[in-house]
Amino acid sequence: MSRLIRMDQSGHTTLAEWTAADPDAVERAVAAFRAELELGYLAVVSHPDGSAEQVRELPLDASLVIMRRPIAGG
Amino acid sequence: MALQGPSGAALNEPAWYQAAPGALPELAAVYWRPRVSDSSLRRYGRLWTLTSVAHTVPFGLAAILLAALKPVTIPVSLILLAHAWIIPELYAARGSGVLRRRAATAGEAERTALLLLGDLLDTSARELHGRTGLALQRGALGVWLLGEAGALLVRPGGRRVNCYCVKATGTGLPAADRVAHLLLALRADESGFATVANLAFSGARWRLRRRLPRELRPALEAAAVEARRPRPGDGAASGSAVPAPGDGAASGSAVSAPG
Repeated sequence: MSRLIRMDQSGHTTLAEWTAADPDAVERAVAAFRAELELGYLAVVSHPDGSAEQVRELPLDASLVIMRRPIAGG
Repeated sequence: MALQGPSGAALNEPAWYQAAPGALPELAAVYWRPRVSDSSLRRYGRLWTLTSVAHTVPFGLAAILLAALKPVTIPVSLILLAHAWIIPELYAARGSGVLRRRAATAGEAERTALLLLGDLLDTSARELHGRTGLALQRGALGVWLLGEAGALLVRPGGRRVNCYCVKATGTGLPAADRVAHLLLALRADESGFATVANLAFSGARWRLRRRLPRELRPALEAAAVEARRPRPGDGAASGSAVPAPGDGAASGSAVSAPG
């Protein structure tokens, strides 16, 4: 089961969960992903080996996709 | 997503950003900055040292000269020496300020955020965060310590530290979430992260350590120990520039896995 979460004021919120075998869930996840991008969030895939990758499309095979706010120099 | 400038107008993405799909989108907001690399960090470090010398040596020389010419002016010489000492200390204090912690929030949101951050960190980094509130991450440029609104970079060898002001935008985020924001951005594009962040101080670790709150010093020591270890891939590639996302085979994370 893959998860799309958003880091927000509640700690984090699960926006969608999907498996590749469930087209409806995938569609909902893609819609949620695009809606978050529209709101200004950025998407990062966190890999189990501790690396991360910036993405612009929802990677359906990723186990965890995290939406984050942009960072800026203080 | 189009990043917006202060006027609200969309910022044009420079060509190198469009060509690098893994690069931090935030780089578009600082398009005029050259990408940070290992060699540029060494250059900044030398400039900081040169600036410190330029600030302190004239005071020291004047103090010696005055005392030698007119011993009665020794009190003035002492004041000049104090200036020579205080100026670098003020710079270091500015650097340590990037790790200033906000008032702790112990609510449900903080606990939820800590769970996510804990999942992102390995065991030793999680334990260090529990003690100090800082997340340790090894990268190609050195060893990073990430706080709520800033980051330290302990350079390879552990003697020099760079302090950066950098934070997640938006209000109301739990502290652990703020750290997780920085951690994910760093892991996605280390040199991009260092480019977006604002350098507040670069100098000797011992000087910064004296200005850090006591509870944060173990994290700095842990980072220094890690920074003294050889980097993965050291040897023939030693001192090479950090690969930017999109640079051929280096596409993806420029930061090594935890542990």
